[in-house]
Amino acid sequence: MPEITYLEAIRQAMWQEMKRDDRVFLIGEDIGRYGGAFGVSHGMLDEFGPERIIETPISEPSIVGAAVGAAVVDMRPIVEIMFMDFTLMTFDQIANQAGKMHYMFGGKATVPMVIRMPGGSGTGAAAQHSQSLETLLMHMPGLKVAVPSTPYDAKGLLLSAIRDPNPVCFVEHKLLYKTKGEVPEEQYTIPFGVADIKRQGKDLTIVSSGIMVHKSLAVVNRLAEEGIDVEVVDVRTLKPLDNDTIINSVAKTGKLLVVHEAVETAGWAGEIMAIVSGSRAFDYLDAPMRRLTGKNVPIPYNRQLERAAVPQEEDIEREVRAILKGEY
Amino acid sequence: MPKAKSKETLVEKAARLGLSNEDLVDMLRTMYLIRQFEYMADRLYALGKVHGTMHLSAGQEAVAVGISRATRKDDYLINHHRGHGHFISKGADINLMMSEFLGKENGYCKGRGGSMHIADFTSNNLGANGIVGGGIPHSLGVGLAIKHRKSDALVITLFGDGAANEGVFHETLNMAALWKIPSLYVCENNKYGMSMDVERATAKLPIAQRAEGYGIPWYAIDGNDLLLVYETMKNAADYIRAGNGPVLVETQTYRYFGHSKSDRNLYRSKEEIENWRTTKDPIMRFRGQLVEENIITDEFADQLDKEGLKINEDAVAFAEASPEPDPSTVTEYVYA
Ligand SMILES: Cc1ncc(C[n+]2csc(CCOP(=O)(O)OP(=O)(O)O)c2C)c(N)n1
Ligand SMILES: [Mg+2]
Repeated sequence: MPEITYLEAIRQAMWQEMKRDDRVFLIGEDIGRYGGAFGVSHGMLDEFGPERIIETPISEPSIVGAAVGAAVVDMRPIVEIMFMDFTLMTFDQIANQAGKMHYMFGGKATVPMVIRMPGGSGTGAAAQHSQSLETLLMHMPGLKVAVPSTPYDAKGLLLSAIRDPNPVCFVEHKLLYKTKGEVPEEQYTIPFGVADIKRQGKDLTIVSSGIMVHKSLAVVNRLAEEGIDVEVVDVRTLKPLDNDTIINSVAKTGKLLVVHEAVETAGWAGEIMAIVSGSRAFDYLDAPMRRLTGKNVPIPYNRQLERAAVPQEEDIEREVRAILKGEY
Repeated sequence: MPKAKSKETLVEKAARLGLSNEDLVDMLRTMYLIRQFEYMADRLYALGKVHGTMHLSAGQEAVAVGISRATRKDDYLINHHRGHGHFISKGADINLMMSEFLGKENGYCKGRGGSMHIADFTSNNLGANGIVGGGIPHSLGVGLAIKHRKSDALVITLFGDGAANEGVFHETLNMAALWKIPSLYVCENNKYGMSMDVERATAKLPIAQRAEGYGIPWYAIDGNDLLLVYETMKNAADYIRAGNGPVLVETQTYRYFGHSKSDRNLYRSKEEIENWRTTKDPIMRFRGQLVEENIITDEFADQLDKEGLKINEDAVAFAEASPEPDPSTVTEYVYA
């Protein structure tokens, strides 16, 4: 199987789907010759032309609005928002328009669109280009939220997203763009709402997404040498969320740690804990459920501060050991 | 279309515009139907049968009828919150509309939308909007889809004078001009955005002259002159269908009811409202012309008005006899 990067996997998914379905188009800022801020759409202008790789002025609310209009008349727009932070400017179109139309029109409108957005910190881009806003998106009825962690997942989830009849927010982590993995050349889809157990284990369950899956795995693989056996559940989509896999895993291990990059307060770790504590897994818990998250701050510029603002491998390791020792 | 002569009679004008007497009567009939719908909605609201909020368009009927008759059935409509008239003149079934207002399962949106979110996708009627300006950018995507399909349909994009001060108005006009989007932008300037007088809200009038900044042709017209609205929209539609890109038309009009359910008219005088009602009313003006030119009699006009009332009364009976949604279905339709 060919090894390609996360970025290439995303491009490949768009490329193949645009070949297959002429209703699919990409719209956003600097996505043509420039290839998008991160180069994801590089080469696509030459292949598909300016009518399907639509470069816009810097007008985010109306870019998303344009996609909503196209979607309700049966096109399949993919929007690239340059940085996830900028989706805050477009929240009317995302939440009030795209997210609510199917419901408020009594099921008679569908809004099949994807909004791709690079999120997350670690590039030194500081407060307004680094935030993780997935909880806001999850909170909105009518939206779906995908948070792929690997090239394989990115391609399969993006193909599902484009074919989904609902608006999907597709969160790409900037630090993952260059990571590599095996990706089949042919098209395949990964269903939404199906978590992936990235590592089986019996002592503790880590539930995580995106880049934090990789950090968790790095820690867990080291701990395995000491005989500590941690399960890592990658949610892959935050909405819908695969409750069953999480509940079953916690019922098996009896311990839960949720790791996410987004800030702690009202972050989705709380949601996972609520699901577990309201389920049969509650009876199996033999330690308090814990969360390890970003601190409640805007992402700082300084390298050391930026690292300190979000969970690092040493934090995950410390937290896992503490839970296993009963020190909380 | 031939140019207007300086002093043209209604008959001459109708002939020039290719409108038959039947067309003229149908236009009057539809204006009455809308007016009666708005009065009925107001009564139902007072009786507590319609709840929530709604925005009545009595006084603005000529805009809705002029646009719908100057465009085609397969043209798309992006409506706004004060859109009952547009919804009706695009051909709505008043029964289903009334059902939606009463929140019934057989309403246009199964009772989930109500006045502010009424849509009929089967007739390319893409829905009203509760967010001021919210629908404006949708025109870009609908226009791109029309171009993609190589269709000569257009999209009618409606909004108020207040909405023209939202950022998306400017963003959208810019992109629509760049991409020659086949959209007929219509700003229904009814003098107020809620209580805010357009003169206090908009630095330079008419609003439509803003199109200049985007290289878009524009018109600012008397929106209560039905045939002027019709003619302007027809010309604009022809221009757009020929692939020339968008047009912005500002129709200057007036609403008689308050902004929404709760409005004590503290921002305008009784005299102002009375003046518009008695001297500029679009229905009275058009009816007067038709009678004067012996196209219809006064009695016939009264009959059209009564017909409008009857259709609405029947619709209320229909809607009241219709089933409520089952509360157990509250979580349906969140996802397709
Ligand atoms: C984004 C937003 N801001 C404010 C409101 C509240 N609101 C509803 S209608 C309205 C006035 C709109 O004025 P205009 O566009 O002129 O339309 P009109 O009501 O006069 O037809 C306001 C302020 C809203 N619904 N949405
Ligand atoms: Mg107004």
